[in-house]
Amino acid sequence: MSYQQKGIWVYLATSACAYAVYLGIIVGRLQSTPAAQVPYAWVLLWTTVAAILASTMGRTVVETATRSDSRRSDVRDREIDRFGEYASRWFIIAGAAAGFVMALLKVDYFWIANVIYLGFVLWAVAGSAIKLVGYRRGL
Amino acid sequence: MSKPTRITNAIRALRFAHGEMTQAQLAEQIGVTRQTVIAIEQGRYSPSLEMAFQIARVFAVSLDEVFHYPDGEKASP
Repeated sequence: MSYQQKGIWVYLATSACAYAVYLGIIVGRLQSTPAAQVPYAWVLLWTTVAAILASTMGRTVVETATRSDSRRSDVRDREIDRFGEYASRWFIIAGAAAGFVMALLKVDYFWIANVIYLGFVLWAVAGSAIKLVGYRRGL
Repeated sequence: MSKPTRITNAIRALRFAHGEMTQAQLAEQIGVTRQTVIAIEQGRYSPSLEMAFQIARVFAVSLDEVFHYPDGEKASP
């Protein structure tokens, strides 16, 4: 497995895990508190920062455990990366559009923030999955 | 699992005919990673025309001695 593929696996895992942690905490709070009063902002921020840090450290750990031939990327890596970003961009567009419509409808900030966050997470997860399929099955 | 390209190639045979050249050596000569050479050999990646010429030049053969496209297919307009 190439250096780029390992990096994508780590990014996919950390993005999904961070969102799972966020959901676990927020759903727990929603059991006892109305959505409009649930304190979500700090949890959203620290799970996002934790995902970025875990992804960076995870990549180093994986690379230390299983050394790659080369860290260099080539034209195929760039094509697969572009294809993954292109195909998954709809999630981020959908999240932004949904947030926009919800703001126009004066929906509570909690839901607007969460639908946009979900769009980012789906973009990261779908983009990574598409790239991994691209590596495995070809473009 | 269907291959994304109908182009086949003789890279593996050509490597062996050229002193058992390794995938890593070929990759080094054409400026890509070993994984990309593996993907091309297995038909999971179609190289650009420029890369195809580079591969043919490494083996000192013509392009159609390296890459083959099945007969009887009409090109799309």
